[in-house]
Amino acid sequence: MDSVNTTVLGADEIILNMGPQHPSTHGVLRVKLKLDGERVAGSECIIGYLHRGVEKIAEHRSYQQFAPYVDRMDYVAAVSNGLGYCEAVEKLLGTEAPPRARVVRTILTELQRIASHLLWLGTHALDIGALTPVFYCFREREEILKIFEKYCGARLTTHAFRIGGLQYETYDGFEEDTKRFCNDFSKKIDEYETLLTENRIWVGRTKGVGILNAADAIALGVTGPVLRASGVKWDLRKAQPYAAYDQYEFDIPTRETGDTYDRYVVRMEEMRQSRRICLQAVENIPTGPIMARIGKVLKPPPGEVYHSIEAPKGELGYYIVSDGTTQPYRVRVRPPSFINLQAFDKMAKGSLIADVVAIIGTIDIVLGEVDR
Amino acid sequence: MPFVLPVVYAVVIVAVLPLLAGYIVLMERKVMADMQARLGPMRVGPHGLLQPIADAVKLLLKEDIIPDKADRLMFWFAPLVSVTMALLAYSALAIGPAFQIADLNIGLLFILAVSSLGIYGIVLGGWASNSHYSLLGALRSAAQLVSYETAAGLALISVLLLAGSLSMKDIVQAQSDQGVWFGFSVPFGFFIYLVGSIAETNRAPFDLPEAESELVAGYMTEYSGFRWSLYFLAEYANMVIVAGIATTLFLGGWLRPGARYHEQIPGTSIEWLDALPALLTLGVALYCISLVRKQPVKIQKIVMALVAGLCVVVAVVLAGALVAPPAVMQGIHGAFWFMAKVFAYIYAFLWIRFTFPRYRFDQLMRLGWRFLIPLALVNVIGVGVAIVLRQQWAWGPIVSLIPTTLATLGVAMLLAKDDAPVSEAQTTDGE
Repeated sequence: MDSVNTTVLGADEIILNMGPQHPSTHGVLRVKLKLDGERVAGSECIIGYLHRGVEKIAEHRSYQQFAPYVDRMDYVAAVSNGLGYCEAVEKLLGTEAPPRARVVRTILTELQRIASHLLWLGTHALDIGALTPVFYCFREREEILKIFEKYCGARLTTHAFRIGGLQYETYDGFEEDTKRFCNDFSKKIDEYETLLTENRIWVGRTKGVGILNAADAIALGVTGPVLRASGVKWDLRKAQPYAAYDQYEFDIPTRETGDTYDRYVVRMEEMRQSRRICLQAVENIPTGPIMARIGKVLKPPPGEVYHSIEAPKGELGYYIVSDGTTQPYRVRVRPPSFINLQAFDKMAKGSLIADVVAIIGTIDIVLGEVDR
Repeated sequence: MPFVLPVVYAVVIVAVLPLLAGYIVLMERKVMADMQARLGPMRVGPHGLLQPIADAVKLLLKEDIIPDKADRLMFWFAPLVSVTMALLAYSALAIGPAFQIADLNIGLLFILAVSSLGIYGIVLGGWASNSHYSLLGALRSAAQLVSYETAAGLALISVLLLAGSLSMKDIVQAQSDQGVWFGFSVPFGFFIYLVGSIAETNRAPFDLPEAESELVAGYMTEYSGFRWSLYFLAEYANMVIVAGIATTLFLGGWLRPGARYHEQIPGTSIEWLDALPALLTLGVALYCISLVRKQPVKIQKIVMALVAGLCVVVAVVLAGALVAPPAVMQGIHGAFWFMAKVFAYIYAFLWIRFTFPRYRFDQLMRLGWRFLIPLALVNVIGVGVAIVLRQQWAWGPIVSLIPTTLATLGVAMLLAKDDAPVSEAQTTDGE
């Protein structure tokens, strides 16, 4: 990151400290801006205000004990975090979840993707000054959280999956709830789009703002919707299918310019695709066991594994080293928010203060995941 | 004793306006809640009816903080400037034919001059706070006001050409004489004034001086407690002012809608439309009475019943005015229609606020200078041409305005096409 030089300032330049307490830095991100009038001459993200040492905690917990901790990283997409961790440990153990468990995991993870995108949409619109969409988004997100609650009792940090499969069988009416949500949701997305997609002010505020071209995006390691909006068709669900994604048909939306508007369009379309996956999956959930036979005490053979999934915000990877004991020797997380945030300085340079909040919103960061 | 009545009016305005502002805030929160699929304030009083009073008490009791490095005198002085100017502007506003503190022959100019002085409060406050956010908010506010006051002023000129007077009373009288509200005869003037007045009062989508997601609270960032509430009061008082100007100039002031419709209630000399205000308020009262039983707590029942009683009293007054002498009747009903139009205008403000995202600063300036001001100029010329047509060739007042309005529409479309929605953020470095 470019460090902002605070001692050498031009005659018209000021330093503005945005955050860690600021309404639109999405938690405790601190951005130091060097401003020339309202134009950003340089910026520096300062992170670490939410550091909890999650990776270090892993070294002192058994494999199962650590699973709830990963929910607290990206707390608005806890199900996806859990899926990545469980699959990584399963890979380390050399086992696989049974088909039924994998399909249920897929459904819940896709619902979680919709929920995460809804939260992004609402807050992003709020940052740009549209006060109303956030309430509509939360209304629909609530339906998803209700499904989670009925399934595992928790709404936010769900700990929905277990290593080797699922702890709980789906509840009666799970399929109907999911179907009802998906069927209603199609109209709801149209509703959001009515408010925003062709709105002149919205287009003006997002088109051409925070442009990230494909080469830069790849060089910075950016993944997820941000990368796809820059025109790179890269989605781990297709590239290296996990869970049950190889069984379903869905498209990977991409755009060309890589500006804030494109990222908005990509995420809106992703919600539609997630809905499509859910509808396909819920039609045909295989019967059978929901848990692989892995025993109560997990002792993976010594070795290391890297497993990554397509979380709502991008590639979420777990690198786990086992020394043959019941506790991991090292767990390293590759959080999408953290890597995507690297692109901020590049996007923000030369834009206006108003664009800075749009750009923070469009990267879709969760500080719990950035700082861990 | 010519001074008694104006002094009474002035005291009433100073006493009532803060309360009115509080209830506009409640209205705003309720409208917002309605549009956002939720309930809004429900706890303090039935349906949150006592919320403004609770808020006012809270603000008065809050600790008064002045930042360490602030310019104390200016910090103290700035909110007073804002609120004083906002209140002063009411002196020339005609709320109904009878209710006006001073009928100045330059009434409109006076209101514009005084209310634009309020910007000093914002700029001084932003500067005195000694905070970057405040300073940026103040600078934005100054630039925005200068740009949009020009456009709004030009929009008002089109009405002045038609009315031929600056006195608020004469402008309304002119609309009565010509038989049409100027909002219909110069729709573009009305549109430009609507946009300009939103920008002048710093309301969304032009609320950049206090853009909360960017500048925390803009020029008010360092203010708290009572000083903050003064700014708040000034903002809502200004909303009522611009709504009052728009009502007077474009929406016929206190004139009753359907002024030419004189159908009478059989057997009486009362017109149906004159009975409408009383019936409406009575309807509200009945609705309140039906809600009384649903209130969960006894005290809420009592408050709801009081509100219903108040509505009944208003209804009785409005009905009583029907049999009173014509001057009294016009005074009371004029005030009713005036306030109804003011609130409709404010409702439009709120509606716009909850629908649109916020403009960016450069876009705001572009909209002002490249679209609104040229359009306002063309509009003024158009009205001028219409007046010439009327005087030289004796065209009717409506007919003469049709071709010029159409021409203005063409120019507006041309300008809108030119003002491409695609942002030029990366190419405006030279500005």
